[in-house]
Amino acid sequence: MIEWLQHFVLKLTETCTDILPIASVIIGFQLFVIRRPLPHYKKTFFGFILVLLGIVFFLEGLEKALFPLGSLMASQLTAPEFINIDPDLHSSSWQTYRWVYIFAASIGFSTALAEPSLLAVALKAEAISGGTIRPWGLRIAVAIGVSLGLALGTFRIVTGLELYYFIVAGYFIVTIQTLFAPRSIIGLAYDTGGVTTSMVTVPLVTALGLGLAHAIPGRNAVLDGFGLIAFASLFPIITVLAYAQIAHWLYQKNISPIK
Amino acid sequence: MFKLIKPFAKQLFSSFLDLAPILTVVLIFQVFVIRQPVPEVANLIAGTLFVILGLTFFIRGLELSLFPIGESMAYAFARKGSLFWLLAFAFCLGFSASIAEPAVMAVAEKAANIASTGKVIEQTQAARENYALGLRVTIALSVGFAIMVGVFRILKGWPVYYPVFLAYGCIAAITPYAPLEIVGIAYDAGGIATSTITVPLVTALGVGLATAIKGRNPMTDGFGLVVFASLTPTIFVMAYGMAV
Repeated sequence: MIEWLQHFVLKLTETCTDILPIASVIIGFQLFVIRRPLPHYKKTFFGFILVLLGIVFFLEGLEKALFPLGSLMASQLTAPEFINIDPDLHSSSWQTYRWVYIFAASIGFSTALAEPSLLAVALKAEAISGGTIRPWGLRIAVAIGVSLGLALGTFRIVTGLELYYFIVAGYFIVTIQTLFAPRSIIGLAYDTGGVTTSMVTVPLVTALGLGLAHAIPGRNAVLDGFGLIAFASLFPIITVLAYAQIAHWLYQKNISPIK
Repeated sequence: MFKLIKPFAKQLFSSFLDLAPILTVVLIFQVFVIRQPVPEVANLIAGTLFVILGLTFFIRGLELSLFPIGESMAYAFARKGSLFWLLAFAFCLGFSASIAEPAVMAVAEKAANIASTGKVIEQTQAARENYALGLRVTIALSVGFAIMVGVFRILKGWPVYYPVFLAYGCIAAITPYAPLEIVGIAYDAGGIATSTITVPLVTALGVGLATAIKGRNPMTDGFGLVVFASLTPTIFVMAYGMAV
């Protein structure tokens, strides 16, 4: 118990230094540049204490649950007994790992669909587009993007192909799409990529990637383990731009006979 | 007392909802696909409760402290104030928000451990801590820089895709020269940096600016800050990898 308490206090002091910059920026600018007193300083102080406690508990929980869960799924889904391959075999084709892709895609789809901040973005998108983009359509487009991204990302880890080619190809697609997409929606579509990678999904997905690189023969965690988050933030941009484009075309097709 | 507890209970529930999709998918796979006993279930359940509790405290704390002040300040700076202070504020906001981002802390530590066991860096505690801190500061500098440039873009009214295309070009050009062991973490850095603290504050700054400037539409011009902040970390981290 004492040991645990010591560990807790140590983590708490460590986190204090992490919170210090943002606290001093907010309070410093408020007092010295805007020159207004801090509103509700008691509430603010209480809030900072909560943020501190929250980070400590969250990081502790990550170590105990989300990281192990990611590596556990990676090792179970690639276990030779599970996929029925000879454990002495040093290379096997990418199809043997199909459950890995299905798992990654399901995690991507479900977390993106349930992401609360995405709902706010979806409502804004509907307003910007004048109703041609439906909130549910957008959310499904993002979810498809994230699940495609994660499935392709795990495929890359399994095959050991270079991350660079996939991502640059993705950039190329986004560039082409941008030139044709309705102008007003571009900024919002770009930002959906950053919105989908939340505090909960990032650790799980990172652990999944590292676990896969560790478990699959011939892969190296340093070289192949990372990159899943990059896929998960790039592919929603592609699917959202595609959805915006299609919605725009359908809309124009519907109104043209009236003209 | 009830007034204090009610928002907590609400946040507790929505933190649980954040985790629910992951837990559901994992559970379905465990029961129907893997069909094997799960090792260390007690630890996993305790950890999950910690994550839910941590998220609840964290987000409730942000709502009480950082978010209201940060947002009203973003609006205040957007409306008046000199260009210098606006850009300084933008940089400081981006930098300090990503230093405090828990996902960045967790992944930087993980990356340091991986680099250490992969013998990229020395296998000492000090080397790992140094590497993790170096990563976090690099990411924070790049986010600060991105927000500053993004704010400048909104002021000038440049299209959102100019800096994005520029960053794409930079990343494509630099990657072949970057050390292979940094590329993966560099590409992930952007998505990790734009998370729970950074996104709401930065979006408030962008939308506030676009509202305050005549001839800008907050709906369309206010966006695009987050995407740039998720691309510059890739460039900066690769540069960091080349420099170290």
